[in-house]
Amino acid sequence: MHNWPQALLGGALIGLAAVLAMATVGRIAGISGIASGLLYGGDDHAWRASFVFGLLSAAPLYALFSGGSGLGLPQVGAATMLIAGVLVGLGTGLSAGCTSGHGVCGIARFSPRSLAATAIFMIAAILTVGMIRHVLAVQP
Amino acid sequence: MKLLAGYVTGLIFGIGLLLGGMTDPARILGFLDLAGHWDPTLAFVMFGAVVVTAPGYRWLFRSAKPWLEASFHLPAAATIDRRLVIGAVLFGVGWGLAGYCPGPVIVSAWSGSTGVYLLLGGMILGWWLARRAARNPFFAAQATGHAVS
Repeated sequence: MHNWPQALLGGALIGLAAVLAMATVGRIAGISGIASGLLYGGDDHAWRASFVFGLLSAAPLYALFSGGSGLGLPQVGAATMLIAGVLVGLGTGLSAGCTSGHGVCGIARFSPRSLAATAIFMIAAILTVGMIRHVLAVQP
Repeated sequence: MKLLAGYVTGLIFGIGLLLGGMTDPARILGFLDLAGHWDPTLAFVMFGAVVVTAPGYRWLFRSAKPWLEASFHLPAAATIDRRLVIGAVLFGVGWGLAGYCPGPVIVSAWSGSTGVYLLLGGMILGWWLARRAARNPFFAAQATGHAVS
């Protein structure tokens, strides 16, 4: 199972990818920005497509070498997953970044916008989970 | 060369998410549930990522340009406006509902789970809605552009 050295190593690899994206093409490694720009008129489609292709290659390769899939399963029903997806898309689209773009890359370059966005989405997510699990008392 | 760079970058990013346990929504919700059996994994992943990225960026920004392009593409927006705040709230609620953010859900496309496809589809619809909403006068005078596009 996961332990903190493995979590740190995973984080360091995400950081390495963020540094590589900036080093090679000068871009923020923000998944929502890269993927939404691929679908809806961003520049440099070829690089975006190859990045997403790499992201999609990760799970099969990981399974090949680790023996496990590394993929967890949804904890909530189909309707909630769909609603969550719309909110994640709308929210990251409006605020121009997600956990990677604001939470990792933005914080790493000390962007005030990203620090604010990360604090806000963390608090909103914590309140949402608290509301569901402890106020409405719905347990997964 | 740029395509190879993009592919390798995406692959390393995805492996990092998998190794860090970010593709397991139970773990994410366990982190966000401060009043439950708190799971600190996500904090270690974000710490590990920022600790590598921050000095990496510092070193890279000493150069005038990246290796393969003429200039850095950094977000121009500088103000904390309502578009950023409202978007971050909506994203946080969506993340808290299911425990998936954009990177992990794309990596999880292989899980074969209907729920994952619904979230992916919803997210793609949400990105489209965001582009529409951003043209509304309520947001229009606000910061423009995505962090990357």
